[in-house]
Amino acid sequence: MTEQPRLAEQNASVALPEPFVRWFGEKGWSPRAHQIELLARAQAGQSVLLIAPTGAGKTLAGFMPSLTELANRPRRKPGQAHGGIHTLYISPLKALAVDIERNLGKPVEEIGLPVTIETRTGDTPSHKRQRQKLAPPDILLTTPEQLALLIAAPDARRFFEDLRYVVLDELHSLVISKRGHLLALGLARLRAYVPGLQTIGLSATVAEPDELRRWLVGQNPAGEMAGLITVSGGARPDISILDSRERVPWSGHSARYAIPEIYEAIQKHRMTLLFVNTRSQAEMLFQELWRANEDSLPIALHHGSLDVGQRRRVEKAMADNALRAIVATSTLDLGIDWGDVDLVVHVGAPKGASRLAQRIGRANHRMDEPSKAILIPANRFEVLECRAALDANYLGAQDTPPLINGALDVLSQHVLGVACGAPFDADQLFEEVRSAAPYAGLERRTFDRVVDFVATGGYALKNYERYARIRQTRDGLWRVSNPRVAQQYRLNVGTIVEMPELNVRYVRQGRGMVGRGGPVLGKIEEYFAETLRPGDNFLFAGKVLHFEGIRENECVVSNGAGANIIVPSYAGGKFPLSTYLAEQVRGMLADSDRWQALPEQVADWLRLQKEKSVLPKRGDLLVETFPRGNRHYMVAYPFEGRLAHQTLGMLLTRRLERANARPLGFVATDYSLAVWALDDMAALFKAKKPSLGQLFDEDMLGDDLEAWLNDSWMLKRTFRTCAVIAGLIEKRFPGQEKSGRQVTVSADLIYDVLRSHEPDHILLQATRTDASAGLLDVSRLAEMLSRVRGRIMHKHLDQISPLALPVMLEIGRESVNGGANESLLMEAADLVEEAMGPRAKPDQEGLT
Amino acid sequence: MNFSLARATLIAEADVVGIAGERAICDPRGVLYFPDLRLLAVSDLHLEKGSSFARRGALIPPYDTAATLLRLQAVIADYQPAIVISLGDSFHDGGGAERMHQSFRERLEALMAGRDWFWVAGNHDPEAPADLPGETVRELAIGSLLFRHEPSKARTEGEVAGHLHPCARIVQRGRSVRRRCFAGDGGRMIMPAFGAYTGSLNVLDRAYAGLFRRETLMAYMLGAERIFAISGSMLRPG
Repeated sequence: MTEQPRLAEQNASVALPEPFVRWFGEKGWSPRAHQIELLARAQAGQSVLLIAPTGAGKTLAGFMPSLTELANRPRRKPGQAHGGIHTLYISPLKALAVDIERNLGKPVEEIGLPVTIETRTGDTPSHKRQRQKLAPPDILLTTPEQLALLIAAPDARRFFEDLRYVVLDELHSLVISKRGHLLALGLARLRAYVPGLQTIGLSATVAEPDELRRWLVGQNPAGEMAGLITVSGGARPDISILDSRERVPWSGHSARYAIPEIYEAIQKHRMTLLFVNTRSQAEMLFQELWRANEDSLPIALHHGSLDVGQRRRVEKAMADNALRAIVATSTLDLGIDWGDVDLVVHVGAPKGASRLAQRIGRANHRMDEPSKAILIPANRFEVLECRAALDANYLGAQDTPPLINGALDVLSQHVLGVACGAPFDADQLFEEVRSAAPYAGLERRTFDRVVDFVATGGYALKNYERYARIRQTRDGLWRVSNPRVAQQYRLNVGTIVEMPELNVRYVRQGRGMVGRGGPVLGKIEEYFAETLRPGDNFLFAGKVLHFEGIRENECVVSNGAGANIIVPSYAGGKFPLSTYLAEQVRGMLADSDRWQALPEQVADWLRLQKEKSVLPKRGDLLVETFPRGNRHYMVAYPFEGRLAHQTLGMLLTRRLERANARPLGFVATDYSLAVWALDDMAALFKAKKPSLGQLFDEDMLGDDLEAWLNDSWMLKRTFRTCAVIAGLIEKRFPGQEKSGRQVTVSADLIYDVLRSHEPDHILLQATRTDASAGLLDVSRLAEMLSRVRGRIMHKHLDQISPLALPVMLEIGRESVNGGANESLLMEAADLVEEAMGPRAKPDQEGLT
Repeated sequence: MNFSLARATLIAEADVVGIAGERAICDPRGVLYFPDLRLLAVSDLHLEKGSSFARRGALIPPYDTAATLLRLQAVIADYQPAIVISLGDSFHDGGGAERMHQSFRERLEALMAGRDWFWVAGNHDPEAPADLPGETVRELAIGSLLFRHEPSKARTEGEVAGHLHPCARIVQRGRSVRRRCFAGDGGRMIMPAFGAYTGSLNVLDRAYAGLFRRETLMAYMLGAERIFAISGSMLRPG
């Protein structure tokens, strides 16, 4: 538990049991004001949201109501039946639950409380789970998926009937995903078991606390909110942007230029945490640092693809202060605090100001000492973004994505889970579901379709009545048709659907594919492994690896070396620029007074842009056109993030194609978008065929979007996730691959068939909603298009502008995923033709 | 010959292959047509796979039979074959024909009318499909060709088989493309699976061991409108 050096005034109205008072006294501490206030509100029967920075003693505050109540509980007499769970603690990370068990256990023991604390995660052995059912601990620490499983058990009501509190840790990160939807539905179920149930949410700072306050309590009546306690931030962090001696590159994400300066910083501090945005950046930075590491400082690597054992070793070394630096991605992002970090280095743009605030909170986990952080922008636009983020942090600005409505695939999973636990009445369950904040606006019609989907697939062709998973019996209740349904449900619970992955298995060099092989280094996405050919070298787990081949579900590697090293690309981990930060960056561009705060080379770049082209006003959209080579380019600067820009690029090229501008391609970054064509687009705009305003008209989000979406690979990918969550297809488990692709039905094939035969099916609706919000960022694009209407500034140039340079350098690095597969095949087929001459063919006569 | 001329003019040279001296068109939709025999071969329809899964609790959309029949209908309309051979695993399981929706059964019967139709027995459907016309056979020899469901391990010139659901994969410009394919070495031909829900297995998988002469193995990968003939040496596993 974190230290409690600050004294707070005792709140006389709160009954703090004597052992607690003594414990605080022995430690020379006294409870903090927010801990006492939270206790007082909880004792008055309220649910509470506590917003506090890291290091504020949040966790102890969250458990205070439970611990004081349990301390006053009469002891269980011998022979008396075990009570149920008293307090349920839910965290987004398994590791966090384990961490809390350790940290909470200590004060509980010191105070001498007769309280049992246990974890229940995917790693908990089955005998322990069974024992927990018979003799539940007082406090159970678990994850949203485990709660869903507990609810789907026939003894759920008994297990939870004594429940008093649910403590939800890192609530801000839980609520923004589908896991949050599943958890909200689980909470609604718990409230149905125990109407007086109180919740305590622990959260970092968020933009809209009211959303979380509603989330914590039943929405009957709608709009009900939990109480709010806010602890203002500790000492102001000391953050700087690296003002590099080197030239900051125009584009790219590696920040290689700054390696010597980063290394110097590591040398000067006890323990440095280096954060990057993607796993590939982590691998690259780690490699580069070791190349510079003349003193052989202990520098470690930590990211989600690495083997668990290796990650645990790094975490332990960190806790023991045996390391000088760790390169990490978001796996270390959440509230786990170990070790004595005195510097946080953030490589690449922080993308969202809240994210930045949290990462910096990692340093110096004591509220009153200032945290120290250095931002390392990887390119010039990132310099602007870092500056904006920095200003935002000082301003205390907070931005988290707006909460979205509860997903229907998650609801389907929940409905089946409820049925697995006990028969349900549809009217009652509907009311219960609507009491969960994400589903407060759910319509009865939609709910009924979900139930129909769970029962028979919900198809217009009523073919599966006899295979129904749940059925309505004569008493009007829905129940599972047979026990196998519940078994299947248990195997597939959860909302995290991984990309197919392969284990990376290390073998000694020269052994090739034979032999049992050595340790597993971690996991790698299947689609990346598929692009490798034996002999390729790639970077993983901080090593250069030599690709030997794929054996069943393993990617076999040996020690590699040499040039031409490929860095794996990962699908996850790319965060788009937050709306708030984008706004800040636009503001900074428009206001030349603020350039003084920028490094000289970057300010120069903007001055040059002003001279050669123009800088847009804060609310305007700048569109530049210029010829280059035998092509014509259009570069737009919406600053709305890569996802929204990709969608915009797809739609713009469709329109330009219709206008016969013969577009050839586009590339999108977080900041801007470049489209190139054979025809002069500036001339088209001038002749109003179409005008620039027409080209960027919001109506592109209608039919154009619809038409493009249906063929989009993004929709297929999203469908797969929805279909797994909704229980239409089963999760893939490691090793299943062996059974062969020809046996299973792939989600892509199901998608194609369903789309052509029942385009309005509820799962396709859920898929489109998901894709619009997620991969396409349609809402953000819509806001942008509406904002810039009548405010598009066109500048025609003879040549490329300074501002356009970064995006132009991206051309060729990132390919547009489209119909290109056929042309790749043609290339391969032509290659054969070329190499081998026209194939010997049978006699052709008589064919035509 | 009665072979539809309109279709013939569309066929690129690359789509024509020789199997034991017999000319065949590899149609990018996944069927083989032997113009001299007026014979259409289609493999692994796996009709009623959807309902077969539903029976076991996975309620995947019940439209696969409709989708498969629709595509088969288009192919038959183009070639107007006198003989159709369904090369086994026509139904996903023994009860498939029985479960088939009446409207689909009628559609299938309409396709069968006026031609010789052979159901080759497969491992999924060893028995004759219930209440459907057509002749069920274990294998069928026509001219120099031998049609059977599972390719035999012994070398057999002129064998046309299914069962394995071949697909092939290439990597070009750092990107991977995987497609269903016909796999042949000039002597034997293994057909891609035609059914809407059928997956596929890479021709380099061990399941194909010993079936082809390595030097002459070609994968005829299915494109949107044409076949791409790729030599075995360019193929990738997985």
